[in-house]
Amino acid sequence: MWTPEITQMIIKGVGETLYMTLLSTALGYLFGLPMGVLLAVTDKDGLSPNAVIYKIFDFIANIVRSIPFLILLILIIPLTRLLVGKSTGSTATIVPLVAAAVPFIARMVESSLKEVDYGVIEAARSMGAGNFRIITKVMLVEARTSLITGVTIATGTILGYSAMAGTVGGGGLGDIAIRYGYYRYQSDIMIVTVVLLVLLVQVFQTVGMYFASRLDKRK
Amino acid sequence: MSEIVLDNISKSFTSKDGQVDALKNVSLQIEKGEIYGVIGMSGAGKSTLVRCINFLEKPDEGKVLIEGKSLDDFSKKELQKQRESIGMIFQHFNLLMQKTVLENVCFPLYIQKVGKKQARAKAEELLELVGLSDKKKAYPAQLSGGQKQRVAIARALASDPKILLCDEATSALDPQTTLSILELLEDINKKFGITIVIITHQMSVVRKICNRVAIMENGNLAETGAVSEVFSHPKTDVAKRLIRQDVDNETDEETLAREQIKNGEIIRITFSENSAFEPVIANLVLTFKEPVNILRASTKNVGGVAKGDMILEFAKDSKNSEAMKKYLLEHDIEIEENVKEVI
Repeated sequence: MWTPEITQMIIKGVGETLYMTLLSTALGYLFGLPMGVLLAVTDKDGLSPNAVIYKIFDFIANIVRSIPFLILLILIIPLTRLLVGKSTGSTATIVPLVAAAVPFIARMVESSLKEVDYGVIEAARSMGAGNFRIITKVMLVEARTSLITGVTIATGTILGYSAMAGTVGGGGLGDIAIRYGYYRYQSDIMIVTVVLLVLLVQVFQTVGMYFASRLDKRK
Repeated sequence: MSEIVLDNISKSFTSKDGQVDALKNVSLQIEKGEIYGVIGMSGAGKSTLVRCINFLEKPDEGKVLIEGKSLDDFSKKELQKQRESIGMIFQHFNLLMQKTVLENVCFPLYIQKVGKKQARAKAEELLELVGLSDKKKAYPAQLSGGQKQRVAIARALASDPKILLCDEATSALDPQTTLSILELLEDINKKFGITIVIITHQMSVVRKICNRVAIMENGNLAETGAVSEVFSHPKTDVAKRLIRQDVDNETDEETLAREQIKNGEIIRITFSENSAFEPVIANLVLTFKEPVNILRASTKNVGGVAKGDMILEFAKDSKNSEAMKKYLLEHDIEIEENVKEVI
């Protein structure tokens, strides 16, 4: 039953899962971080309140987050085709993963930045700092522990999404679990993939928390 | 020409409960090199007033002039430039918690795009001035309140300001630390000729270092003048009230306590094991608002049980002594009355 081919396949699955998760998280932050900053800055208690901009991004974030991931995945297939040229496989899955991750990440960045003590921001302003410097040198620095915790949570969530994408031909461990474990009743393979998924989340969580607390100088 | 001129400024905020007039037509002149106090109860508008000096709050009406130039006329960039010459320290220090002491002091210099090397050299110099050279690698969380405020002062001085604004800078500190911070501010004022504006609700702060004072109440300026003049001839009720509080504090803490405890009744009390864990004497004093003198105290091991033994002296002619004894008895403490000898 358990052949070297299966082992090969599972190793490849781990690789694909890591590829999708890490690249999607990175791209998610590329767009989600600026969006989160924009949300935090334009909110009514923010550095530069702007109701129109806030409402627009707030709306986008809410809409995307209220669509279940599987539906989103199917919904944006035309976009995926346009960007990647096909709609199945790991690389294609990255498109919906990023689309789902961006608003989620933006919300977490927004809430991390809002935790920054207003007094410190006021102090920076009293020294003549403009908004750009306050964002880059005060808010992002003071919120870094919370931001890293956010990265950890985002990575775990995206990993879960990537496994879900497997059900519609997205590749990775989720794909293997569905095809072998569910369609072919090979529960041993399913259990192995589940254990591997759990291990991956554990590793991300542990590493993330290690850096978060290493970089926290508040205690 | 005055260094700082507030010309008829007003500022109001809209809150849930309607409009709050934080400042109502306030005019004030602060001269170069002086230490100016602004005192008032909380909510009097003094924090808003100090924030108008660097335009952290823009007044709704009136003008703010720094060295004769109106802040209204400044562009955003010019205003930021102007703020570099106005340092500010705060009640809760507002340090960057994720940066070292040295980096905190460098921070305003980085904003001004001063190079790292040059900024560090300047910061080290300032940490020397505030007496914290040995803490430069520490993080704010590892410092005491007084040390944090010293870092904040060094940070405020980094850009060689002409004016230093202090917003309740000693309100979160104990009296001893307050004194040392005030001495530091006085030093800085003498050494660099920096104009200092001190916002406080503590009259003792004004009395210790200010040359002139403005007293605020409900967004209005009640009274201004030389500190000595305001102290000896307060004109308004609010000034009288603030001065009385100050004097009361002084007498309460220092003189009165010493006067009261003379030749009162002496008792010996014994704590059981349980009552030794409660701050019974402290609670007694707080309950009756009357001092007791602890003449002697010890703990003994009696048959494996800890027994506390204390000799207390009540205030002379204390009217509460019977009630206080009753209080002690109620707290499971044994009393021996009219002890003659203190051994």
